[in-house]
Amino acid sequence: MSRHLLSAGDLSRDEAVAILDTAKRMHAIQTREVKKLPPLRGRTVVNLFFEDSTRTRSSFEIAGKWLSADVINVSAKGSSISKGESLRDTVLTVAALGVDALVVRHNASGAVQRIAGWVSCPVINAGDGTHEHPTQALLDAFTLRERLGDLSDRHVVIVGDITHSRVARSNVLLLATLGARVTLVGPPTLMPAGVATWGCTTSWDLDAVLSGKAAGDVDAVMMLRVQRERLGGGSAAGARDLGGQFVPTEREYAIGYGLSPARLDLLPDTAPILHPGPMNRGLEISSIAADSARSMVLDQVQSGVAVRMAVLYRMLAGAEHPVLDEEPA
Amino acid sequence: MSTLLRGAAPLGGAAVDVLLEGGVIADIGRHVDAGGAEVIDGGGLVLLPGLVDLHTHLREPGREDAETIATGSAAAALGGFTAVHAMANTDPVADTAEMVEQVARLGVLAGLVDVRPVGAVSKGLAGERLAEIANMARSSAAVRVFSDDGHCVHDALLMRRALEYLKPFDAVLAQHAQDPRLADHTSCAHEGAVSGRLGLPGWPAVAEESIIARDVMLTEHTGSRLHVCHVSTAGSVELIRWAKSRGIAVTAEVTPHHLMLTCDLLTGYDPVYKVNPPLRPAEDVAALRAALADGTIDAVATDHAPHAAHDKDHAFGDAAFGMLGLQTALGVIAEAMVVTGLLDWAGVADRMSVRPAAIGRLSGHGRPLEVGEPANLTLVDPAGSYLVDAGIHASKSQNTPFAGRTLPAAVVATFLRGRPTVLDAALAEPVPV
Repeated sequence: MSRHLLSAGDLSRDEAVAILDTAKRMHAIQTREVKKLPPLRGRTVVNLFFEDSTRTRSSFEIAGKWLSADVINVSAKGSSISKGESLRDTVLTVAALGVDALVVRHNASGAVQRIAGWVSCPVINAGDGTHEHPTQALLDAFTLRERLGDLSDRHVVIVGDITHSRVARSNVLLLATLGARVTLVGPPTLMPAGVATWGCTTSWDLDAVLSGKAAGDVDAVMMLRVQRERLGGGSAAGARDLGGQFVPTEREYAIGYGLSPARLDLLPDTAPILHPGPMNRGLEISSIAADSARSMVLDQVQSGVAVRMAVLYRMLAGAEHPVLDEEPA
Repeated sequence: MSTLLRGAAPLGGAAVDVLLEGGVIADIGRHVDAGGAEVIDGGGLVLLPGLVDLHTHLREPGREDAETIATGSAAAALGGFTAVHAMANTDPVADTAEMVEQVARLGVLAGLVDVRPVGAVSKGLAGERLAEIANMARSSAAVRVFSDDGHCVHDALLMRRALEYLKPFDAVLAQHAQDPRLADHTSCAHEGAVSGRLGLPGWPAVAEESIIARDVMLTEHTGSRLHVCHVSTAGSVELIRWAKSRGIAVTAEVTPHHLMLTCDLLTGYDPVYKVNPPLRPAEDVAALRAALADGTIDAVATDHAPHAAHDKDHAFGDAAFGMLGLQTALGVIAEAMVVTGLLDWAGVADRMSVRPAAIGRLSGHGRPLEVGEPANLTLVDPAGSYLVDAGIHASKSQNTPFAGRTLPAAVVATFLRGRPTVLDAALAEPVPV
């Protein structure tokens, strides 16, 4: 595969399937008592996070450790700009420590692509601003394939704040590569400029989409997290405030775009429900939906480790360890 | 000192000899006697009035690591300019008579181009209180262009009052048209398919157009004079065309980069393409070219904006706005407007010298190429070319979006009141640092 993983759009169908197949074997290891494999022994992976993250960082950390890499977490939040240091200097300083791969999250779109141009080691995008989060798309695809098999011609509905969602952008690209059909649903103020060029169906009417009337039968639905911090709401205005700039209130959002029990009933019994987490229960997803048998939320978390193991393995070990079926070390 | 330009073509017309003496054009004719003058072979070269830039950031005082008045003047001379307007967003801001006089004085010391200070419209560019416009206008710097560039005078009432207040001085308000609610400080990419895919905060065309619409109405109401900085959209062109047809005293400028580059360049997230207003789609570029050709847009202005490398070595959204422009302006205009047949060299002279000088009420520049006129001149090789190399720019900064491109037409010589500032495409004398 390519030297870096910056965008889900960089992956060919063959590459994506190869990662997902490797992840399948990694996934099997997760149920073993002893989970550690040797292929990245002596390698150092740095999680360079310019933005807070618990889930993605822990997932990459566990993935690296189960492959026997030394994983170092560097929290660079508030670095660079606030200290007057350029991003380039910050990154070159970390890279100079002796790093075999950088896993980078940054609050600015395109930052990871920029970083990849400055360092000599492979770089994995763990989320850049409102641009992309390719390993999230891979773990979502993995989860969907576990439930639906091949994704060709499958219809996946993605619901919520598309404008500010790196999860949506990466999923749109990867699902297209894997042959799936995507419908994006959200209020007009949260639909990105130029979304008509994305090759997806778009709608403002969640009921019409979920019932199959608007865009055909639904095979899976992915609820996006409402990111209060990007909508002008959040702590300053009160934890349950949405800022009133993009949507008026939480109540109105939940009524229009939340996965309520009634909407759950519109879906086929077989349709898996995904959410990248953390969930705002009662806002974009009701507890009944979140806790239903169709909810894949915890499967996604588990798949995340397997997929990230697969990505690290294929980028760093590659041909040196062609066989993964060996016994754990 | 006298110089004879042998066989140069004024505005691209028939070749003649032009004698520069005593700071003016002393003679023009088929066979002018050189006498003791230094002779420059003008064969095949086009003679233009010295270029005038309405929009230059020289960064001094405040960011002398990025540019100084001396290094910016050198870049200007090499680019064929004989006068530049130095924007007010320095540190401290040029919002008092003392500040603009200091900028003008440093320009005289550099001695390569006439540096015309632009005064701030509002104190500290804060958009809240009027700056001392009259004092700046009456100062020895005789400011005639006022601008909060970098910031929009967004408060409609302050804009109205500023337009009224500068009327006694025959001055012009140069507006950076950007509604700060529709496009805030994070907005860094044209709002459209590219910004949507890249996840970059959008800067919609309407944020510029709505301000221009308001401002031309305020200009009509106050009977004042408005200049629109760096017009970037087709919609803005339509509004300006409409306002001119109503007889409103509005003029407009376009930058070379908005005539050449599109927002598709942002896909690599390279901040060398980050500029305000942002690069727009190809349809806007076509409309801007047509508007410059038909005169709806009056002038080319560089918005030369030097930045130190460490202010660009960030993520796209965190990097500084702006690109160099002085040394590439003529080549870009040659490629976008002359090679395409949209303007001839007389048209280039009009849009890059005559009209900008008139807008800035700048005497001595943008004059006809006639005997007795000040010898502020630029000699261009229309068949020449210029390989843009950021490293050989006279500017202290290297943030040119044209690096690696070969641009048509090359500035061979520049004369400021008869004295060569550039000869053989190099500075005639070393720059005082």
